Amino acid sequence: MNTEAEKEIYFFGTCLVDLLYPNVGLSAMKLIRHLGVRVIFPANQGCCGQPAFNSGYRDEALHVARALMPCFPKNIPIIVPSASCAGMLKHQWPELFANQPDENLALNIASRTLELTEYLVEELDISLADLGNPIQVAIHSSCSALREMKVAVHIESLVRQLANVTVVEQQRKTECCGFGGTFSIKQPDISGAMVNEKTDALTATSAERVISQDCGCLMNIGGALEKQQSSQQQSHNQQPGLTTQHIAEFLWERCHAAD
Amino acid sequence: MQQTEAFRQRIHKALNNQQVRHNIRSVMNALTLKRAAQFPDSKQLELYRENASSIRQHALANQADLLELLEQNLMANGIQVHWAETAEQANEIVFSILKAAGARNVVKGKSMVTEEIGLNQYLESRNIDILESDLGEFIIQLAHEPPSHIVVPAIHKNRAEVAELFHKHFPELCYTEDIDELTLMARQILREKFAAADAGISGVNFAVAETGTLCLVENEGNGRLSTTAPDLHIAVTGIEKVVEKLSDVPQLLNMLTKSATGQPITTYFNMISKPRQPGEKDGPRYVHLVLLDNGRSRIRLDSALLDTLRCIRCGSCINHCPVYVQLGGHAYGTTYPGPIGSVLEPQLLGIDKIGTLTSACSLCGACGEACPVKIPLPKLINHLRAEAVSNRYDDDKVPGKGSMRSFNQALTWKTWQLIYANPWLYRLFSLLATRLRFLTPHRMGGWSKYRTIPRPARQSLQQIARQHGFANE
Repeated sequence: MNTEAEKEIYFFGTCLVDLLYPNVGLSAMKLIRHLGVRVIFPANQGCCGQPAFNSGYRDEALHVARALMPCFPKNIPIIVPSASCAGMLKHQWPELFANQPDENLALNIASRTLELTEYLVEELDISLADLGNPIQVAIHSSCSALREMKVAVHIESLVRQLANVTVVEQQRKTECCGFGGTFSIKQPDISGAMVNEKTDALTATSAERVISQDCGCLMNIGGALEKQQSSQQQSHNQQPGLTTQHIAEFLWERCHAAD
Repeated sequence: MQQTEAFRQRIHKALNNQQVRHNIRSVMNALTLKRAAQFPDSKQLELYRENASSIRQHALANQADLLELLEQNLMANGIQVHWAETAEQANEIVFSILKAAGARNVVKGKSMVTEEIGLNQYLESRNIDILESDLGEFIIQLAHEPPSHIVVPAIHKNRAEVAELFHKHFPELCYTEDIDELTLMARQILREKFAAADAGISGVNFAVAETGTLCLVENEGNGRLSTTAPDLHIAVTGIEKVVEKLSDVPQLLNMLTKSATGQPITTYFNMISKPRQPGEKDGPRYVHLVLLDNGRSRIRLDSALLDTLRCIRCGSCINHCPVYVQLGGHAYGTTYPGPIGSVLEPQLLGIDKIGTLTSACSLCGACGEACPVKIPLPKLINHLRAEAVSNRYDDDKVPGKGSMRSFNQALTWKTWQLIYANPWLYRLFSLLATRLRFLTPHRMGGWSKYRTIPRPARQSLQQIARQHGFANE
């Protein structure tokens, strides 16, 4: 790899971030750049292939995954602001590309893939100076971060670096929020029951905000909270609502909001 | 699709039953906590899992030889061995043994494999009086319900429901909701039946090839009574339950009881090796083992799905499943519910019959993490999803392969592929999505029943990255 002065990385924003949460990607890239690392955002990036892969459509997943490969030619880390998409590259691509002509390239990309918080903590050893007001937050550990990528410890350690942030613990923290990608569309009522229990556990705490390292979970939990809050507003129950935020945005906002 | 609609209705019914959901949640909470307490050291747990997993893998890899050795040793011990390729054959064998012995009254220890083959119904329709002697099984037999969990079969019922059930069936006993008293009642009823039974039927947890020993794990002593009090004992088990050595058993047993109920050891552990010998005062005079295939040989030949057969039926995957905890076992509509059910049942019954179960999974990975023999359950579920919609035909694969492929869904994914595998097309798509964001619908199927719909941003990250001076290489 390069020397300290020339450190560079590829940033794979993910399809969800690209269209729905670009500020998450931007915050992540700014955090990395701020630490002196050159960030490359390949223009031709699309999707890791996970939605089709988890729906059984492996040929389609393979085509989409393959189209992503030319984005990362240099032998430098690929940073992903989502444990789920990073897990797809790192742990599922080897299965998806097994016995394909480009299997070795897939394995190479898998070996260079790092989830954002993992990179910030393990590679960059980031130290955070909190400039924000006191706030209580709950951390939602995504299933991919916990069990697939095993990087849930890093979001915890990052948030705990922030002097004015208090982390409160919700019940059944490690239980799935019910997103599961296409699962939430295919089994909406099971997924709905799961997310409702998740939001119940979160609103029962004194947290003002829910922080996570996966936009999928946040879209699910945040969407459910919004839906519940809008129906509460109709019944004139005006309480400050619990909101959701990705760790990258949260860290940037707390430490560099003025930049 | 018929199976999908039927599953949807069962899900609807399950989610609307708050009482059952509450019962299941509280028990699953307790079971997962008890399990965790048995494994305080995560490194040690990993070693145990690795060890148990390799014992099971070794047994599967050498299954044919081990089964042959098992048969030899069982026969040498005086236990008669029968082979059944199908559920129907297994039922016929059990019935013919009972008939030859003139047995009418049968007591049963808890056994999932006999649920799998529908043995009770088969024997009842042939005028055999069959009584479940495990307390949970006894309760659901009274209620005419199938088990809702493979280890704790009546877990969907609370004490009031059990009290009512007992009162209905045994009006001569006084009504009580006290668990100890209810247990005592069941005990009194069952004791009489044990004494009068002509035959006992049980499952097997481990069948040891080296010694010809049938191991049976239980907590209530009903397994021991069922297999020792009557003159005739018939054990039924899947062929995958064979293990090589007696020294494999303590390691598997350790993982089984801790993972299943969080017990360091169960109250009873039976090792059945012989019928009653001359001079012995108790034990059955005749012991039979029925070895059931019922699709297992096909699974064993499928390298992608072979891991399914590692299962030791502890139920830990079920206890940790966030979908099971919402639905309970009956919604699955199969003998085995939860993650292991979603993997095993489509392979046993066919994807065309019950492949829809693979959709009831968010791939959260909790099951795979909790499995004491390291079955990669999420990976297997995902593999079966691919089998379900595959358009490649080949023989000797999962029955019903490709049967869930629909034209509309395939077209949707092809369209998705077209957009995301072509950068210029994706750029056009994202430009349209961001410009036309005001057209985002307010309702979107089941998603918006529980959540708001996310709206595309004004600009995609692609566009914003350049404005902030990030390089494109």
